[in-house]
Amino acid sequence: MTDNPMRPEPRRILEIIPQTDNEWTIRIENSTPIRHGQFMELSLPKIGEAPISVSGFGPGYADFTVRRVGKVTDELYSMKKGDTLFVRGSYGNGWPFEQFKGKNIVIVAGGTGVSPVKTVINALCDDPDYAKDVYLILGFKNSDSILFRDELAKWKAAPHFHAVYTLDSGDKAGWKSGLVTKFIPDVPFSSFGGSYACIVVGPPVMMKYAGLELLKAGAAEDKIWMSFERKMSCGIGKCGHCRIDETYVCLDGPVFGYAKAKTLID
Amino acid sequence: MNKIAFYKYIFNIYNRSYINHAVDRLHVPGYPSDNMGGAMKHSKTCFLNAAELKSLFSLLEEKYAIYAPVRVPSGGRYALQDSILYRPVHSFGEIEFHARSTFSLKEVLKPITKTMFYFTEDEFRESSEKDKRDILVFGRACDINAVKIQDEILLHNGPYQDSFYKQRRDHTKFVLMECTEQFDGCFCCSVNANKTDMHSLAVSPHADGAYFEITDELFASYFEGRQAADYTISFPQKNELKVDFPAIDSIETANKLKSHPMWKEFDDRCIGCGSCTIACSTCTCFETTDIIYSQNAQVGERRRTSSSCMIEGYDTVAGGAMFRKTVGDRYRNKIMHKIYGYNARFHSGPMCVGCGRCSARCPENISYPETLKKVSRALEEIKGEEASHD
Repeated sequence: MTDNPMRPEPRRILEIIPQTDNEWTIRIENSTPIRHGQFMELSLPKIGEAPISVSGFGPGYADFTVRRVGKVTDELYSMKKGDTLFVRGSYGNGWPFEQFKGKNIVIVAGGTGVSPVKTVINALCDDPDYAKDVYLILGFKNSDSILFRDELAKWKAAPHFHAVYTLDSGDKAGWKSGLVTKFIPDVPFSSFGGSYACIVVGPPVMMKYAGLELLKAGAAEDKIWMSFERKMSCGIGKCGHCRIDETYVCLDGPVFGYAKAKTLID
Repeated sequence: MNKIAFYKYIFNIYNRSYINHAVDRLHVPGYPSDNMGGAMKHSKTCFLNAAELKSLFSLLEEKYAIYAPVRVPSGGRYALQDSILYRPVHSFGEIEFHARSTFSLKEVLKPITKTMFYFTEDEFRESSEKDKRDILVFGRACDINAVKIQDEILLHNGPYQDSFYKQRRDHTKFVLMECTEQFDGCFCCSVNANKTDMHSLAVSPHADGAYFEITDELFASYFEGRQAADYTISFPQKNELKVDFPAIDSIETANKLKSHPMWKEFDDRCIGCGSCTIACSTCTCFETTDIIYSQNAQVGERRRTSSSCMIEGYDTVAGGAMFRKTVGDRYRNKIMHKIYGYNARFHSGPMCVGCGRCSARCPENISYPETLKKVSRALEEIKGEEASHD
């Protein structure tokens, strides 16, 4: 058996980019095709394996932004450029990026939830003709937990972006204060002529209320997508951890349309 | 006539005395019919005495590693209690026919712990099977049917197959153990798991020997020259315990059932030990763990171990968030998989073969059939509420 889907392959670390004290972006060599919103299983011998969203990709590389919260991510923090880690994937369905073409895009994301949608934001930022206007509502816990500072500035400066950055607590110049849901009513859905798509990623409670707030603001269920985070051991529909009824988040998700997402009750 | 043609010839002669094994077709209301295979195939039956059984086993062992339930004296959970466990066997007499095995035959195909990979700093090398022989497993109809459920999840769910499972599964043949007696809490007939056609041989132990029915031509040669016997190996036709297995036809109903107060009871009664899922013949979940060798911390093994959705931490993501916070939530999730989630995904019947082990193993005496009754009552309530809103 040479094609065991659970066997991880070695990849070299090309670069480590600190984001905050507790979040790093690790860039590894990669030639596996990746779609926006997919994840890979990152593996460190001795420590274990964890599913991590691809937060960036390009020719020859893939990025993972990891928060120091588990034993795998703890160990990742001891790694340096040139070290080897192991991966398998990419897995999951990813965002329906094709469907975003020519539409107004509303993106609501919180904390590390920015990672799974970051490649979409960058693609929309770098190619202003791909979609119409982009309404970006990003929230972080406090000023210490702000991720991707350079990119946040770049997105804010893009002429077709309407960016709102907010902190759950604390003040910061140029930043709003409050939960992301507070700024959803400001999105001018009535001016979109029905041509829009919404993306929501973040902790479960945030996604629930952001979804409800979007509906209240006039968004239609079939134009909202959400990305789910669940425990996964295998990433390929075998280990059972991520299953919610007939749905396997690893195989059928992690991205779900709102109509499906609202039925997923753990 | 070459050897193979000869065996085919012999097999066909025996097959002229077809035995009709038509069993009453059972059907679980609300689930696809015929989920568990049909009547037994055309076959030959013979009686083997002790000496013949001995030679059969030594012949079989050349090609097959034989697994069967054996009694392990004092190997049980409590003092002086035995366990009946699946073990490699070398003779017919080792096999325990008169008790339900403590755990199901799934552990032959998917061991509770298995080394997946050996790793160094540079590579993950796949473990290989040390025994190169094929596998022959003795099991009851319920447990053989449970393998179909394992197949769905481990082989047919999504684009990837579980290589470790497949490696064994592709080389496994089954010997059906006739249920000449039934055990406390058996309800295979309620879930259409009382009969199977997945076996190659069927066996019924008797004084001084055993009847063997050969349903797979592959095994005909082993019984060459044995006297045909007039004995019909049967499937259980009914159980003392009858369960009206609940059927749920939509996610809306499933979600209403989730918020029904019936699950609260289990917050107090269930201790979340996971005994039920380890004993369950259909549960497949696992966890992977890396271990390192004490002599050299740079090399080690990645192992997988059967896991349980009943255990705290099963759904905990990095950072500590969990989705089913109480043991009642976890019990509810387990039951919902059996009665809804599995069938909603694979459309192939309940995720239950009525083996009765979950109730038998529960240290808190929680009865799964009683839970199913409560579910049925809750579903009636939900239907009633829906009707009153219409």
